[in-house]
Amino acid sequence: MTVDVALPLLVLAMPFVSFLLLAVVGPLRRTGRGAGVVSIAAIAVSFGAALMVWRRELVAVRTWGWIPADGGPIATVGVLVDPLSNAMLVLVTLVSLLVQIYSLAYLADERPAPLGRYYTYQSLFVFSMLGLVLAPGFLQMFVFWELVGLCSYLLIGFWYERPAAARAAVKAFWITKLGDVGFIVGIVLLWSATGTFEFDDLFEKAQAGALAVPGLAAIMFLIYLGAVGKSAQFPLHVWLPDAMEGPTPVSALIHAATMVTAGVYMVTRTEPLFALVPGVLTLIAWVGAFTALLAATMACVEGDIKRVLAYSTVSQLGYMMAAAGAGASPAGFLHLLTHGLFKALLFLAAGAVIHAVGTNDIFRMGGLFRAMPHTAIVFVVGTLALAGVPPLAGFFSKEAVLGGVWEAHLTGPFLMLALTALLTAFYMFRVVFVTFFGRAHAGGHPHEAPWLMRGPLWLLAILTVVVGIRLALGGGDAHEGAPGWLAPLSVGLAAAGFALAWVMYQRGAVDTARVAAALGPLDYAARRRYGLDALYAGLYRGIILAFSRLIGWIDRYVVDGILNALTALTLRAGDGLRSIQSGRAQDYVYGVAFGVLLLFVWAQLWRR
Amino acid sequence: MIGLPSYLVLAALVFSIGLFGVLTRRNAVGILLGIELMLNAVNINLVAFARFHGDLLGLIFTLFTISITVAEVAVGLAIVIAIFRVRRTVEADRLDLLRG
Repeated sequence: MTVDVALPLLVLAMPFVSFLLLAVVGPLRRTGRGAGVVSIAAIAVSFGAALMVWRRELVAVRTWGWIPADGGPIATVGVLVDPLSNAMLVLVTLVSLLVQIYSLAYLADERPAPLGRYYTYQSLFVFSMLGLVLAPGFLQMFVFWELVGLCSYLLIGFWYERPAAARAAVKAFWITKLGDVGFIVGIVLLWSATGTFEFDDLFEKAQAGALAVPGLAAIMFLIYLGAVGKSAQFPLHVWLPDAMEGPTPVSALIHAATMVTAGVYMVTRTEPLFALVPGVLTLIAWVGAFTALLAATMACVEGDIKRVLAYSTVSQLGYMMAAAGAGASPAGFLHLLTHGLFKALLFLAAGAVIHAVGTNDIFRMGGLFRAMPHTAIVFVVGTLALAGVPPLAGFFSKEAVLGGVWEAHLTGPFLMLALTALLTAFYMFRVVFVTFFGRAHAGGHPHEAPWLMRGPLWLLAILTVVVGIRLALGGGDAHEGAPGWLAPLSVGLAAAGFALAWVMYQRGAVDTARVAAALGPLDYAARRRYGLDALYAGLYRGIILAFSRLIGWIDRYVVDGILNALTALTLRAGDGLRSIQSGRAQDYVYGVAFGVLLLFVWAQLWRR
Repeated sequence: MIGLPSYLVLAALVFSIGLFGVLTRRNAVGILLGIELMLNAVNINLVAFARFHGDLLGLIFTLFTISITVAEVAVGLAIVIAIFRVRRTVEADRLDLLRG
C-alpha cells in the first residue's frame, strides 16, 4: 500500500471499525450513549482524515483484485481519489459527524438498547456511503449502493413498532430496488460489451471512441434507472416523502445530504459515458426538471414540516439531475454540495422544532420565533439559501444550474426550473411564516433546543454563509458564460416567491382557501400527490396480488389436483383389488398352481 | 421291464390327485392328506431317477423327505387341532380371517 491512499483508506476504515465494534460487542452497544460516543469518535477521526485528503488535493487510484480469473481479476475493489470524491468525502463525514452529535440530544429519550442500535446503523451507513464515493468501478459502487439502501431501510424503520414507519421502510426499499434492477442489468451489459467495470478503463475507451457498442444508449438508460430510484426522480420519487417516518436526524443525513445524492454523484462520476449518448442526457434533463416542478407543487400544499422539506429535496435533486443532463455536471455537483449543507441544516432545525413542539404539523405551531430564536434564525438562513438569495451558498449553485441548462438550449426544462425557483421560495417562506411568526398555536411551553443540537445547527448555518461568500469572492467557476440577466432573474423569482408567501401567510391579505379554490384541480391533484401513490398501490394490488392469486390457484388446483387424483386412483385400485384377497388358503394355492401351469404352457409354446 | 416314463406318469398322476385334493377338500385334515400325496409323488420321482441313473443320492434324499414329512404332518395336525379348539371347526372355507 502506498502512502497515497492511506488517508482515504483511513477515512473509509474508521466507521467500519466502529460498526464492527458496536455490532460484535453487545454490552458496549447496549450502553446507548457510550455507543454514540464511540461512533462519534470514529467519524471525527474520519472527518479529520477527509479534511486532510481534501486540503492536499490528493489524486490517486489504487485497486486490488477481487474476483480472480485466468488473465487477471474480473473485478477489483479499491479507492478512487479525485477532486470529486474529495469534496464528497468531506461533505459526507461532516454532515454525519454533526448529525450524530445532534442525535445524542434528539434521541436522548430513547432507551439505551435502541440508541446503540441506531449508532450501529449510522456507522454502517457512513462506511457504505464512503465506500460508494470512493468506488473506482461500477461493481464496487453497486455493492455499496445496495448497502446504503439497506441502511436507509433500517433507519427509516428505526421505530419499527410504528406501522407507518415499518411500511415506509419497506416502501423505500422496494421502490429503490425497482431502479436498482435496471442499474445492475446495465452494469452487467456494459461489462459484457467492454469487459471491464473500472471507470478509468471505460473512460479511456470512451475517449478512444472504442465504446460505440450497439445498444449503448439502452445500457446507459438502464444505469440511469438506478439513479432514478436512489435520487427519487419522477416516477420513482414516491418513497422519499414517506421516508420521513424515520427519526429527523436520519432524514437530514440520508434523505437530504448524502444517500439520495448518490444517483447524482453516479451520473456525475460517469459523465464521460453519458456524454456518448446525448439522447439519454436530454431525457435526464427533462425528467429532472419535471421532477423539480412536480415536487415543488406538492410541497406547496403539504402541512407536515418534514414532508415539505422532503418534497423540497426531491425538487432540488431534480435540479441536480437536470444540470447533469444538460452537460453541466460541475454545476449539478456544486448544487449537490451546497444543498447537502443547507438541507441538512433545515432538517436538523425542523427536528429541533418538532422536538420542542411535539408535532409535525406547521399549522399547529406558529409564533415560535420568540420561544426558540436560535432555531428560527438558522432555519431562516437555510431557507434563504434554499430559495437562492445571494450571497448564500444556494444562490450560486442554483444560478449555475440554471445557466448550464440555458446553455444547453433546453428551453422547456429551463422554464420548469425557473418556475420551480419561484415555488421553492414560496413554499419555504410559507413554512417560515406559519411556523415561526404569526399567532402561536402550540400548546405547552416550547423551549429552545439544548446546545448539543444548537451547536451543529449554528455550524451548518455558518458554513452555508461562508461557502456562499467564498463562492462570491471566487467568482464561481461553474457559471461563467451564463447570460447576464440570469442572476437578476433568479433573485427576482426568489423575491416574488417571498412576497407571495408574505402576502398570503403573514399579512393574510389573500384568503388561502380562495386561492386553493381558484386553482381547484391543481390543488386537488397536488394534495393527492398526483395520484401516483394510489397508482402504485393499485399496480401493486393489480399485478402482484393478481399474480399471487394465480399462483395460489395453480397450487390449489393443479399441483394439489394432481396429487389428489393420484391418491384417489390408488384408493380406487386398492378397493377394486381387495376382493382378490379372500383370506382362504385354498384360493391362494389355486392361484399358485394355475400360475405354475401357465409357466409350463409359456415354456412349451414360446421358449422353443 | 417297466421304463422310466411309466414311473413319471404314475408320479404325475399321484401329484395331480394330491393337488386336486388340496384344492377341493373342505376339511383341513383332507387338505393335509392331499399334501402328503403330492410329497409322495415327488418321492416316487426321486426313487425312479435314482434307480434308472444308478445314483444313490436320490434314495438318500427320499429318506430325508420321508422323515421331514412326518414332522410336517405332526405340526400340521397340531395346528388343525389348535384351530378346532378355538373356532370349533376345521372347514377351510370358514377360516378366512385374512380376507382383505
